[in-house]
Amino acid sequence: MIRLVKRPQPSQAWSYGAPVLAVAATIFFGGLLFAALGKNPIDAILTIFWEPIFGEFSFFYRPQLLIKGAPLVLIAIGLSLGFKAGIWNIGAEGQYIIGALAGAGVALALYPLESVLIFPAMILAGALGGWAWAMIPAVLKTKFGTNEILVSLMLVYVAEHILASMALGAMKNPEGFGFPGSRNLQQYASAHNADIIENSGMHWGVVFALIAVIFAYVLLSRHRLGFAIRVTGEAPRAAAFSGVNPKGLILFCLGTSGALAGLAGLFEVAGPAGQVTIDFNVGYGFTAIIVAFLGRLNPIGILFAGALMALTYIGGDIAQSNLGLPAAAIQVFQGMLLFFLLAIDLFTNYRLQIGAGETA
Amino acid sequence: MNFTKLLATAAVALGLAGAAVAQDKTKVGFVYVGPVGDGGWTFEHNEGRLAVEEHFGDAVETVFVENVAEGPDSERVMTQMALEGADLIFTTSFGYMDPTINVAKKFPNVKFEHATGYKRADNVSTYSARFYEGRAVQGHIAGKMTKTNTVGYIGSFPIPEVIRGINSAYLHAKKVNPDVEFKIIWVYTWFDPAKEADAAKALIDQGADVVLQHTDSTAPQAAAQEAGDVMTFGQASDMAEYGPFPRVSSIIDNWAPYYIARTQAVIDGSWSSVDTWDGIPTGMVEIGEITDAVPADIKAEALAMVEAMRTGAYHPFTGPIKKQDGSDWLADGETADDGTLAGMNFYVEGITGDIPQ
Repeated sequence: MIRLVKRPQPSQAWSYGAPVLAVAATIFFGGLLFAALGKNPIDAILTIFWEPIFGEFSFFYRPQLLIKGAPLVLIAIGLSLGFKAGIWNIGAEGQYIIGALAGAGVALALYPLESVLIFPAMILAGALGGWAWAMIPAVLKTKFGTNEILVSLMLVYVAEHILASMALGAMKNPEGFGFPGSRNLQQYASAHNADIIENSGMHWGVVFALIAVIFAYVLLSRHRLGFAIRVTGEAPRAAAFSGVNPKGLILFCLGTSGALAGLAGLFEVAGPAGQVTIDFNVGYGFTAIIVAFLGRLNPIGILFAGALMALTYIGGDIAQSNLGLPAAAIQVFQGMLLFFLLAIDLFTNYRLQIGAGETA
Repeated sequence: MNFTKLLATAAVALGLAGAAVAQDKTKVGFVYVGPVGDGGWTFEHNEGRLAVEEHFGDAVETVFVENVAEGPDSERVMTQMALEGADLIFTTSFGYMDPTINVAKKFPNVKFEHATGYKRADNVSTYSARFYEGRAVQGHIAGKMTKTNTVGYIGSFPIPEVIRGINSAYLHAKKVNPDVEFKIIWVYTWFDPAKEADAAKALIDQGADVVLQHTDSTAPQAAAQEAGDVMTFGQASDMAEYGPFPRVSSIIDNWAPYYIARTQAVIDGSWSSVDTWDGIPTGMVEIGEITDAVPADIKAEALAMVEAMRTGAYHPFTGPIKKQDGSDWLADGETADDGTLAGMNFYVEGITGDIPQ
């Protein structure tokens, strides 16, 4: 008989091995799914994973990986700090929206003034916007003990309505014939988050994502605050004894993740998206939760996880167009990734015991 | 090497590699905002794609990507199709407008067709359908049939196309039933069965016994069916599976003739950038079968209206019509011009509530 036995110590090997195994299992079972749909599984898997990086048109897809991956990494880094400490910001999508609105608002208010100071001001506004939106659940939690999961999630829907209102009202392009949507910031030089090197995909959001990875790494491994985050998550009582201020930690973690999500929104609206539109948000704030866990809440891990998620999106779209795979199959494929990760993760804390001789 | 050069090189390489196989095969791409199984908007565009495949057989290859978010994702998908050798790309949602223009600039030899937008270029056409003609028919039937004098309307986004539909339906309901009232709920989505069902239920709770929808799923039909005595109309697609009641008729977008004609134009080399806005006369808008749940005399009136629009004898926006604020819009006998209709951002007199800002 087979039983699960709790390990005395979480297994390091399983902890690092789980994402790799999860990817392998996803490829295997995803392949079966594609085969069941009548497609060549090898072709499908190669299209998703190989084509964007090494295929004929990789010169176009590689920059796209940066564009798709940067907001995921930026948001996930922020979320991981809180998640490590047991502070659950589920509302990054809302903070992403508010950051974008705050940043775009600065640009649209100053249009058509040209100045080198506009873009930095937008970055500041974007970070502040996201930070302020995250402060709502943070302050409510510290003052009244509300549940930050619910409050932050509900605020996503509030943010979506503010977004719709802005796209239809205050930020609507006055030259847009009554159609919703703001001016296109790509056509406003001072506000455009353009590629730093043309067509490289390397816009300021990518740079900030990389900086965030480095900062988070140093913070967690070298800084006292990083220690406080880790110890609070792993042993809350020990944290209390070691003088960690739990309220301060909540404000810091939610605030930082909000600010990073806001930055991601700002870089998106000023660059790849260009416009404040009703459907501006496409779920980065939620996908980043998957990225954070897929990356083991580790900054370097998150970098790879973000790249991997971006790859499945881009490769998935190629597979749809070239192989006729339905979008739903791609979504199932992405879902498998998290599913297998969580399943295999079990073995970090438990091990299988075979033939123990006891009856259950 | 800069991007344009790279693209050119890639195109040449493609041309050489694919010369033997793909030289006379025209490749047509479709970018969809929803899933092809939505039963509404995207479903009908996909029907159009299938009609292209059937019409041209081996001469044409089509590809599509569904569920493409408006914004950078759509730009990537369009670029991907152009790189893979598409000659003509249909982008079938309003939000694809700026992305279509961006990608079209990079691929001057690829033709683009953007649905429901207003930005054109040498290689970008726009096309849309005069759905408001169908709304007039729905308004007429709704006004005649409602017993509670309350008509519910599920709006997607408060953009001119949707506001035009509301105005057209209201004017024609009011004409046959002065006591009729419209209740409008905005759901801010084109396709979200859960939200659409909630909106339908809320409208029914408020006394609506006719529910019109400008969203793409069949969820409102199901909600009406559950309520039992509530009438609906199919939107974008026939939704005949909900007939003969609650669904009593429908507006069908028939894109097939247009898609075939434009593909033919690319094959012939006669394609040029145009702005197409067709309705009942050309068959781009069709009225789905009016079921027997509608009394014969009302059905006859509705069909007469369809015929009058088909011949051009009747325009749904014919004065006298005032705006909601009481100011004059159209004088007696005057018909609305396309410019005003295209950018319509006001309700007509009698509709209560404000357009969300």
